[in-house]
This record gives sequence, structure tokens and C-alpha cells, in this order.
Amino acid sequence: MSVLIHKKTKVICQGITGKAGSFHALQCRQYGTQVVGGVTPGKGGTFVGTIPVYNTVKEVVEKTGADASMVYVPAPFALAAIREAVDAGIKLIVCITEGIPTLDMVRAVEYARAKKARIIGPNCPGIITSDECKIGIMPGYIHRKGSIGVISRSGTLTYEAVWQITSAGLGQSTCIGIGGDPVIGTGFIDALELFEKDPETKSILLIGEIGGNQEEEAAAFIQKNMKKKVAAFIAGITAPKGKRMGHAGAIISGSGGTAQEKIAVLEEKGVDVVRNLSEIGKVVQRSFV
Amino acid sequence: MKIHEYQARQLFNRYHIPSSRGIAVTKLEEVASAFAKLANPACMAKVQVLMGGRGKAGGVVRVKSEAEAVAFCQKFLGKPFSTSQSQGQSKIVKTVLFTEDIGIVEEYYLGIVMDRARNAPVILFSKEGGMEIEEVARTKPQAIHKIHFSPDKLPKNVSNAHIPSSIAAIAENLARLFVEKDASICEINPLAMTTLKKVMALDAKIVFDDNALFRHEDLRALKDPDEEDEREARAKEFNLSYVSMTGNVGCLVNGAGLAMATMDMIKLAGGEPANFLDVGGGATADQVREGFKIILQDQRVEAILVNIFGGIMKCDVIAEGILRASREIRPRVPLIVRLEGTRVEEGRALLKQSDLQIISCKTIQEAAEASVREAKKYRKSHVSSHS
Repeated sequence: MSVLIHKKTKVICQGITGKAGSFHALQCRQYGTQVVGGVTPGKGGTFVGTIPVYNTVKEVVEKTGADASMVYVPAPFALAAIREAVDAGIKLIVCITEGIPTLDMVRAVEYARAKKARIIGPNCPGIITSDECKIGIMPGYIHRKGSIGVISRSGTLTYEAVWQITSAGLGQSTCIGIGGDPVIGTGFIDALELFEKDPETKSILLIGEIGGNQEEEAAAFIQKNMKKKVAAFIAGITAPKGKRMGHAGAIISGSGGTAQEKIAVLEEKGVDVVRNLSEIGKVVQRSFV
Repeated sequence: MKIHEYQARQLFNRYHIPSSRGIAVTKLEEVASAFAKLANPACMAKVQVLMGGRGKAGGVVRVKSEAEAVAFCQKFLGKPFSTSQSQGQSKIVKTVLFTEDIGIVEEYYLGIVMDRARNAPVILFSKEGGMEIEEVARTKPQAIHKIHFSPDKLPKNVSNAHIPSSIAAIAENLARLFVEKDASICEINPLAMTTLKKVMALDAKIVFDDNALFRHEDLRALKDPDEEDEREARAKEFNLSYVSMTGNVGCLVNGAGLAMATMDMIKLAGGEPANFLDVGGGATADQVREGFKIILQDQRVEAILVNIFGGIMKCDVIAEGILRASREIRPRVPLIVRLEGTRVEEGRALLKQSDLQIISCKTIQEAAEASVREAKKYRKSHVSSHS
């Protein structure tokens, strides 16, 4: 078992004929993901590599039995794309697109929840189960099969952490990039719950950053509900107040959201917090093995 | 995107949200007539700059005569203004807003923000007006009444035991503004009950969702370009995300999370970051060049740390980009580069073989320590060459 995706997951790519969509759909297939089709309205009947393109999600789901979608559709059209996937019965929608209006994501998450579908992202690197299935833009080779679950709000910072884990001789079960936006489909707590139930995952690394209070809530959840060990890294100790640090969600507001507060709460709840980015591999080895 | 109070009040008018009458002036000649129209016998004068703490810095004053109104504008219009919250930066005041001096019986707080934990916008109402809502949340959380709503189903009849109907109507209109204009914060603080038993906004703060500006031409027109940091604006043009800070070690990183973590490593190594700069996942030669230019505009910078995790983009390609950008720019300060990821050995070899003075490091810790050390050396040689 693994979390959410595995060898048998059939994946489609919405926005497959765009630059990012076509490139990453092929990269995912190369990793071993079953990319069964793509969708771009008006481009049905064409191919990206050997991946067939359809006009609608409904069509590709009927033809292939796809159960997951990765979305590269440009931000102004992302809400419509997510709704289309939900309507076609897709239960896992991984939204890579960056820059989606916050209220559109509120609408998308509401819509998906009502029909029991899950969104991961947006503005995220995606999700990967090592050696089985990659849905997203992360480099595949840095991952290695193992028992550490990774949950992160960031992209390249996650690659750094994953690479350190792999270089330390350990590996990952599944890595979930939950995304850097204020409103996301799957939060830390959702992901922690999934990993707690997954027999393949023995421990979890949580990578957070400034903004919001997801990490604080996750800390409380960990103390109350998690038997598995959790370690964490929080980025942004030096971030100034009131400035958006790249990610739309990474802003310290008057009501809190600083890295210091998050670290304090996590440690108070018994989570091992890594202070030095260079030592993630080392700490994970010490803490988890 | 933030807008000025006088602009927010104009939007309030369109959404039938009552506010005290106000007149914005940009020239001294306009002051007398504005004062005459509003004074009874005094009125309020407020500098229009996008920073918190205006009142404490003397930018909000009750003026009791035309002479005082003119003196206020002479003091501030066209002059730099800063507050304790503006992090050492100042802005030129271009507009002063005069508003009615209203007799107040009670002050409330009414706001709408995104509740990230609930994935929904929420109306916040508190009878503790005038205070910062964050302060109320800390000290008297039970005094804040919350009503969550869906953007596709605007709230109706929100009045209840805690929210009187006169305020509920305003809250409903504010919610409509919030959704229709893709706001991320709408705040009225204070919302006042006047001595004439009318409820009206005495201040207005609106922040819009930058990601939604593409569908609001009218809002884009409200943008005050002078309010933006020049370097931050320039970075945006090249799809870079830049935030200036006050340290001496510049950094250029691919990815926002890694960029923040790199800043933290500089601090951990005993230095102070000069900036946040995310060049995006790809880190092309053009982006690196523009990034260098923006970082080097800051005269405080004494070393630049480049930290790139090459995933899809290979390290040798990135190294070539860094070399090309360095040849074009010739940075005046030491350059420390840490590459990791695909084809990293080839990338590091390219840096090593080059004729440029680039310090290549394996771990981010080594790189951060080298940057702090090199910045110190640079400062020493710089100071001694001048003396």
C-alpha cells in the first residue's frame, strides 16, 4: 500500500498540449506512471508522444477508466477544469497551476468535497509514490522507495529534503506537495491522517513555512492522534512581516504565522524540528531509524 | 494589491456601505474648499499612504480651522512620510483625505477575511472597535463573532443576538464587494454608531487578491505605482519574485520555500540576508542575469549566494547560465554558488574550470558560511581601499 496513488493509478493530464503539460506528462510516463490520456478542448484526436488527447474529461474517463488527473490548465480556466474533472467522476485531482484566484479555489474545494473528490494543490509540485507513480513536476530520480512520508508546502525545498533523505540511505513512501497557496485542497492534517493509516509509512517529515496556522493545527493533531513519529522543518525564520515571500500563502500577518511561533508550537507538542536545512537527512536518520 | 483609504471609500459608496463624507486633495489650492464643505466646525485630515501606524506618526489629525488644514497639507503633501511599521522606508504623500468629524457613541469592528483553516471567507464583527482585531483575537476572542459563507451563496439576514440589523445590512454589502471584487481583506475599523444614531464607516481598508486582478480592469486602474518598491516591480517584469531586506548577503534561489530556507541559513551562519529572490524552478540565464542586476542595485550587498536545486533543469545547464550571466554583469562582490541535483558533478566542474572567481560549495551550510565570510572580507578590503 501507499498513500493515494500507486502502480495501478490511471492518470490523465488536463492541459496536456501546453508547454508544461506536454513536457511533464511525458516525464511522468517515463517514470512509470500510467498516463492514459490528456485533455485539451479542440485538440481531441491528436497525440502528445504516444498519449492520446481528448476534448473532454468525460470522454477520456469513459474510454480509459482514469481515476486521477493532473491539471496544468492556465489559472483563469483552472476552476472550470477542476469542476469538469469532478463531474467526470475523477476522485483525485492534482492541480499544479500557479496563480489561481483564491475565491476560485474556495469554489473548487467546495465543489470537490460535495462530490467526495480530493484536490491536491494548487501551486504545488504534485504527489509521488516512489518507484510506482509520479503525478507532478518533481524530478523522479531523487526519490527512493522507503518508509518516510513527506508533506510539504514547497517545491524545490522538498526536493532538497527528499534528496538528503535518499543520500542518507533512506527512502520515501509517498511525498505530497500540498501547495503554497492560502486555500488548498489537502492540508497537513488530511495528509497526516493518510500517512498514519498507511502501513508502508513508518514516520513523517513535515515541511512548512511562514503564513497561516496550518503548522500549529498540525502540531495539535500530531500530539492527539499520531502514533507515528513526525519531524518538521519550517522555512522563513528571517522573513519580514507583511511581505509575500513568493508563495501567495507565505505572508506573516498581524495575527501570527511566523516561523518562530510555528517551531515553538511544534516542539511543545513533541515534534522534532530541524533548525539547519543541511541537517534534514541527518536528523531524519537520527530521529526515525 | 492594496488601495488607499479614499479609493476604498469610493468602492464602499458603490456598494451602499455608508461612510463619513470625505474629500481627497492633492494640491494646497484645494484645501480651503474641502475644509469649508466638511467642517462642522472641525474635520479630520489623513495622509494617504499604504502603511500601518499613520495615526501614531501624526498622519491623522483633527483640524479645527482652514489655517490648520492648510498647515497639515503643507507639512505632509509632497513630503516623505514613514511610520514605526514601515521598516525604515518612507513614501511621498501625494494625497490627503479630509473627512467629516463625526460624533461617536460606539465604535465597532467589521471585516471580511479568508479563513484558511475553513477554506471559506468569514465575516468578523466585534464591538471592540478602534482596536486592532489581532489584539482583540488575542485578549478577548469571545468578543469576535464569525459568520462563514460560500462565495457562490452570499450571506443574507446575518443579524442575530450579537449583530444588530443595521450592521448586518452593511456586512452583507461588504460580503458582496469582497466576492465580486476578489478581495482578500475588507476592513472597517472603526465602524461607528454616530450621535445621530447612524452607522457608518470612518475608515476603510481593502486588499485585493493579486491572482484575480486579471479579471478586474477597474481595480488595476486603482494601482498606485509609487507605492511599489522599484526593485520588486522590476523583478516582477522578469517573472522573478523579489523582496528587499536589510542585510548584506544577497541570495538568488530557485523556488520560494528553498529561498526562504536559504535566507535562514545565512542567518544561522552569522550573517543577514539582503533579500529574498526566487528565480522560479527553471533558473534560466536571463533570469539569473536580471536577478544579479536587481540584487546589485542594493549598495549594502557584499556577497551573493546562489543556491539552485536542479531537478528537471540540469545543473550543467544552470552552471552555464550562471557563468554567462556573471560574464555579462561582472558582479562587484564575491559570488558563492551551491548546486545540487541532476548532473551536479558536471555543473560544479564547469564552475571550477571557469576563469571567473566563483566559490563553489557542496552543501548549503558550507555555502552560507562562505558567503558570510566573503562578505566580511569584501567589506574589509572595500573600507581599506577608501581610507
